[in-house]
Amino acid sequence: MVSESVDILNAFALLTNFIIVPAIAYGSQLALGALAVTLIYSIFRLSNFAQGDSMAFGTVMVILILALFQSDWANANFGAILPPYEFLSFVPTALYALPFAIGFTAIYLLVMDRLVYQHYRRIKAKAINMCMASMGVMFVTGGLVRIINGPERMTFDDGARFLFSVRDFKEFTGLTQGIAIKTSQFLTVTVAILLVAFLFYFLNKTKTGKSMRAYSDNEDLALLSGIDPAKVARTTWLIVAAFTAIAGTLYGLDKGFLPFQYHQLLLPIFASVIVGGIGSPMGAIVGAFVVSFSELLLTYAYKKFLIFLLPGYVPDSLVQLIGVEYKYAISFVILVVVLLIRPTGIFKGKVV
Amino acid sequence: MAYLEGNSLVAAYGPVPILHECSVSVEKGELAVIVGPNGAGKSTAMKVLLGMLNPSSGSVVFDGQDITHLSTQERISLGLAFVPQTNNVFTSMTVHENLEMGGFLRDDDISHTIQEVYDLFPILFEKRKQNAGELSGGQRQQVAFGRAMMTQPTVMLLDEPTAGVSPIVMDEIFSNILDLKNSGRAVLMVEQNAQQALNIADKGFVLVSGRNEHSGTGKELIADPEVRKKFLGG
Repeated sequence: MVSESVDILNAFALLTNFIIVPAIAYGSQLALGALAVTLIYSIFRLSNFAQGDSMAFGTVMVILILALFQSDWANANFGAILPPYEFLSFVPTALYALPFAIGFTAIYLLVMDRLVYQHYRRIKAKAINMCMASMGVMFVTGGLVRIINGPERMTFDDGARFLFSVRDFKEFTGLTQGIAIKTSQFLTVTVAILLVAFLFYFLNKTKTGKSMRAYSDNEDLALLSGIDPAKVARTTWLIVAAFTAIAGTLYGLDKGFLPFQYHQLLLPIFASVIVGGIGSPMGAIVGAFVVSFSELLLTYAYKKFLIFLLPGYVPDSLVQLIGVEYKYAISFVILVVVLLIRPTGIFKGKVV
Repeated sequence: MAYLEGNSLVAAYGPVPILHECSVSVEKGELAVIVGPNGAGKSTAMKVLLGMLNPSSGSVVFDGQDITHLSTQERISLGLAFVPQTNNVFTSMTVHENLEMGGFLRDDDISHTIQEVYDLFPILFEKRKQNAGELSGGQRQQVAFGRAMMTQPTVMLLDEPTAGVSPIVMDEIFSNILDLKNSGRAVLMVEQNAQQALNIADKGFVLVSGRNEHSGTGKELIADPEVRKKFLGG
């Protein structure tokens, strides 16, 4: 009897370790990307296909700045300014590079806006034309990323790998199944919560944030009220740059940086946005978790879980609903189903 | 010289001329109404006054100053305000936020002006935390007036304020408009409900095909048998 209840605990520790914790971290990364997409859509009526590659761009900037940080030149000149604080040693250096990377990403996005999107806004192009233009930006950005970094995988996480490891957990609880939380997962969730709180405060409480909502709601009336569309556009790209670079970096710290994978992230990000309701920030967040949990719940192999839960029963197969290689198909199916059944999404966004 | 006047305005959308030597004017504390059949150029005249469409000849004079070449934004900061016919509130924002956005250009304390709007339309104070999109047609129109009042305008231009509302709400809106006028503002409106509008107007302009066909006080126009026959249904 005792061992049975322990087995149940073990089973849930297993699920927590392999589904819940990674899904929350992955969902937070998707949520930041989805928030950027939804903001761009609300303000410019643009479905930004370049989001995944822009996230790769932000991450490449972090990698570049890290290389600079670690160069002899930097050590010789600034080594004394940044003494290694012991209590911060678990933080990956990438986080210090992030503010600079956000700056470069902002410059890049503003230049792209200037070169590409501004023209389409001026001629009041149809949404689909803008969308195709963003696809062009996507290819250019993807190419740029590969020129700077190369197409191969990079890892750039340092600092402590685990906030607490499986071994710590096992020693603490005495269970045979452990739960580990990676530093990157912990940072992802913390940073995501802070950013989302900032975004909601900004949009609902500040004059600039409210003017962005007004512009998104009714462009003509916003003009009549004296709201400057150029300023709204600038502010939007700045916020988007922050979200994009941070989402990309957190994803890279968690899973390593691979340009092609970032490109593919576009699908789950768009699925998140559509599930939640495009144009709705709350929808983007909820949608991101719907997508991340679906992916992990459907691709997890439940064999060990069932062994813990049903003593004496050993499944023949892995008990995996869908192979991991099909995980992007899940986003795709979610996307199609939502568009068929409830095109406005959970939070009644705009119909694209 | 009137407080706001458009003199001999000629304007066109592309090659199609809409206004031919059309003149309208309004004084402070006065309600002027532009009436006329569909396509007469009523809304176009208003757009020219606001600088949303440039006239090919003629002039717009505000408080003795020629503003023909100023942008819409500049005219708004001078004291003109406009309430469009449709989509005239931010539906996804609260009543209070709508008023704040109306005062976007102002750097001073706008809370007094918001209070004035609430005093004028007490129902808006009750609903200040509701989204404007959830309000009834008449209340929405009040939000639209309120938003336009936030720049403390001396002239308010209203484009068909009673379009698509029930007769009861129409009476309510007309009474709101009289309040605006009585507070010393100049009010110029385009109106489909010609009979009711001329009844409360100090001055009326009847436009036909972009030309001033008749003008006079509201009472004169209603009494004019020709105007009655053509525009007021006998």
